[in-house]
Amino acid sequence: MKKVLINITVAIVAILLPLVFRAPYHQHILITILIWAALGTAWNLLGGYAGQVSFGHAAFFGLGAYTAGILALHYNISPWWGLLLGPLVSTLISIPVGLICFRLRGPYFALAMLALGEIFRLVFINWVTFTNGAKGIMIIPKITMKLPYYYMALGLFFLSLTITGLLIKSRFGYYFISIREDQDAAESLGIPTTRYKLFAFLPSAFITGLTGAFYMNYIAFIDPNVVFSLANVSVMIILVVMLGGVATLWGPAVGAAIYILLSEVFRTRMGAASVLAFGILVCLVIMFLPNGIVGELDGLRKMALRKMNGGEKSGLLRG
Amino acid sequence: MHLLGQTLISGFLLGGMYALIAIGMTLIMGVMKIVNLAHGALVMVGMYVTYICFVLWHINPYAGMFISMLLLFVLGSLIQRYMINRLVEVDSILPENQVLLTVGISLVLTEVIRFIFKSDYLSVSTGFSGKTVFLGKMSVSVPMTIGFVIAMVFTYLLHLFLNRTDLGMTIRATAQDRDAAVYMGVNVSRVTMITFGLGSAFAAAGGSLLLPMFYLWPDIGHLFTAKAFIITILGGMGSTAGALLGGLTLGIAESLGATYISMGYKDVVGLVVFLLVLLFMPGGIKSLVKR
Amino acid sequence: MAFFEVRRIVKNFGGLCAVHEISFSLEKGQVIGLIGPNGSGKTTIFNLINNFFPLTAGEIYFKGKRIDSLPTHKICALGIARTFQVVKPLKRMSVLDNVMAGAFLHTGSTSQARARALEILEFCNLINKRDLDAKKLTIADRKRLEIARALSTDPELLLLDETAAGLNPKETEEAIEVIKKISRSGIAIIIVEHKMKVIMGTSEKIVAINFGREITQGEPREVINHPEVIKAYLGDHYA
Ligand SMILES: Nc1ncnc2c1ncn2[C@@H]1O[C@H](COP(=O)(O)OP(=O)(O)OP(=O)(O)O)[C@@H](O)[C@H]1O
Ligand SMILES: [Mg+2]
Repeated sequence: MKKVLINITVAIVAILLPLVFRAPYHQHILITILIWAALGTAWNLLGGYAGQVSFGHAAFFGLGAYTAGILALHYNISPWWGLLLGPLVSTLISIPVGLICFRLRGPYFALAMLALGEIFRLVFINWVTFTNGAKGIMIIPKITMKLPYYYMALGLFFLSLTITGLLIKSRFGYYFISIREDQDAAESLGIPTTRYKLFAFLPSAFITGLTGAFYMNYIAFIDPNVVFSLANVSVMIILVVMLGGVATLWGPAVGAAIYILLSEVFRTRMGAASVLAFGILVCLVIMFLPNGIVGELDGLRKMALRKMNGGEKSGLLRG
Repeated sequence: MHLLGQTLISGFLLGGMYALIAIGMTLIMGVMKIVNLAHGALVMVGMYVTYICFVLWHINPYAGMFISMLLLFVLGSLIQRYMINRLVEVDSILPENQVLLTVGISLVLTEVIRFIFKSDYLSVSTGFSGKTVFLGKMSVSVPMTIGFVIAMVFTYLLHLFLNRTDLGMTIRATAQDRDAAVYMGVNVSRVTMITFGLGSAFAAAGGSLLLPMFYLWPDIGHLFTAKAFIITILGGMGSTAGALLGGLTLGIAESLGATYISMGYKDVVGLVVFLLVLLFMPGGIKSLVKR
Repeated sequence: MAFFEVRRIVKNFGGLCAVHEISFSLEKGQVIGLIGPNGSGKTTIFNLINNFFPLTAGEIYFKGKRIDSLPTHKICALGIARTFQVVKPLKRMSVLDNVMAGAFLHTGSTSQARARALEILEFCNLINKRDLDAKKLTIADRKRLEIARALSTDPELLLLDETAAGLNPKETEEAIEVIKKISRSGIAIIIVEHKMKVIMGTSEKIVAINFGREITQGEPREVINHPEVIKAYLGDHYA
């Protein structure tokens, strides 16, 4: 009951927020936070819950964005259709990618995904006739007000959150976490590990592609070095999740909010040194908050609870 | 025909120097079992140190290299001791966060250098940096040859160190079985720190030798991280000899690629090869030789 | 055809022959012991049965079906569950969640899986620890968890790999009781164990191996008094 009330309150605040912050600059920041929250939540399903740390999610973000962009560029179809096709393309591509890379474990999976992400970036730079190469694709947006984009981004985040929430409460969640904790043990318990990794991968790629397509429509300009970027997309997604809370439902959103706000402060106050500040932040987070803010708070709360009544609740569903 | 010969030779020479960098990575990976994405940044810092020595104090790059190695040894040891080592103590859900930490370290190193030197392209020109000698009709660059020879000397010295000295053997024992090493009374944390320092020093040496061949700028680190990785995977992860073999292969493949494949797709080819090796040849190119 | 049968199975690791032409079989509900000195290939046999490692040669049959090329998870789904000598708890999951992960094999419903898991925890004397994270368990409880989790998949054949190792005498007694209880419920068991007490208290038949080869198999008393078995365990001069 208490949980439902909290959820309703959060939803109302989220809906009213842009009516309080009316300046386009502020609304832009809010939208950016939602984009990263959606991306982080989607990554968390595969990386945090199922333990398959992808350093190549930029590939799916970029594919979604480019699907929308190329529809406009070559076929004169509204890039809004990208919201439909983009995630489909990303999901379709994720199937062979998953089947190939899930042969590898741990850091080797991470490396393979990193290489794949880079391959996509390089191909999109070099395939000039189809993608316009490094020049990128520009569209003229029909909607210039921020408010509609805000609600779309909110919907996107909500979708990401709902899919993740539903999955992890079910058998899928148990299987994902089992695979993360010990793949051999999971396999010997009758869990088809490759198939379930794919079940985590597909929705993750879907949402990431959808967010990419939305990004194209919102920003109205993409180029491969931006949307397929290793540092600014793939690594950033991981950072948002690690900052907020690995394998927690709300962690990525918290991470996105803190990260985007901080980086705005860095950018406006420090200029050139902002990337340095960012790097230092990465190091500090990993060294001192390895499971993210929500994750560590959760640990503390559990410890307090145990002190109080000597018992602990079943630990799957955190945050 | 002599274009091919020349391409092969310069690839071979280049590969020897790449191998030095990759050997550094192999050492670190072997002992710590970590994926070090900051390795290229260490190479880059090493290159800048050699560069400063040359520009400010007119120290010949081949002498500056030793200063650079010493400094990087210290820097690497400190990074290991105070940053990466911390992860041993924390209980994290994803062990892969170690990879992200090295990304962070690489960012910090790169940005600090950018802060000091800006993003300008720098280059070192000594008296002989453009010089070539002719082997028949094929021209061979002098700094490449010197670099290659020095790289081979270093590789051989490392080989002796690992096989003949107590410390070297301790490093190998730790790489092989950390727990067993602990039981045998090895001070594993000290060995790990030294290994990381050593790996960084080798990165600096490789970077310094390559200085005459590359434009220097803060982001060059990524390039070397990628190369070192490809080599380490090609070499089967873990042996110096493997890294040497991997380095030579990459050097040759790269210069063949540069001569015969269009610039743009060259890196794609490298990455695809990397993926294939990762997926299908866990033992690197050596697994081909064995069969 | 026997309920479960391994036929002349062989496993080579590079040059090392870990298992060589081992054959044995068991009937439904039967308990057999698999013994041999350290490094003789017992765990490897388990790893072959559930196909963690592919066989070099040989065949494995379960309920009339050849299973040696099936993936590990399918073998479990068919009804062969195992425990690990080096325990593999799902560390950041609670004890209950560990067992639920196995119970989901036969149901998609969370509440059914939970109910089944609670039953099994009760059965294995772990019910009081159900909300602890698995990484906080003592070694004895981790061994219990291994058994509980294997049982949660409702196996017809259970492979127990040294589940009594590291237990004190009282805990060992208790483990023997649990194994007997499992056996009474109709589940066939293959026990690997160094503690002879456990084997003798439960098994109807023993297979003794050394260096990956069979020494002898049959009636428990006969097997442990077999001169080759004594020699393998105690060295030449005892034989
Ligand atoms: N994955 C592997 N790769 C190479 N060799 C292996 C592997 N697994 C086991 N071995 C070798 O196979 C042999 C048999 O090992 P196994 O673990 O099956 O023995 P065991 O009978 O279970 O011994 P213990 O009683 O100590 O548990 C040993 O020599 C071991 O070193
Ligand atoms: Mg064993």
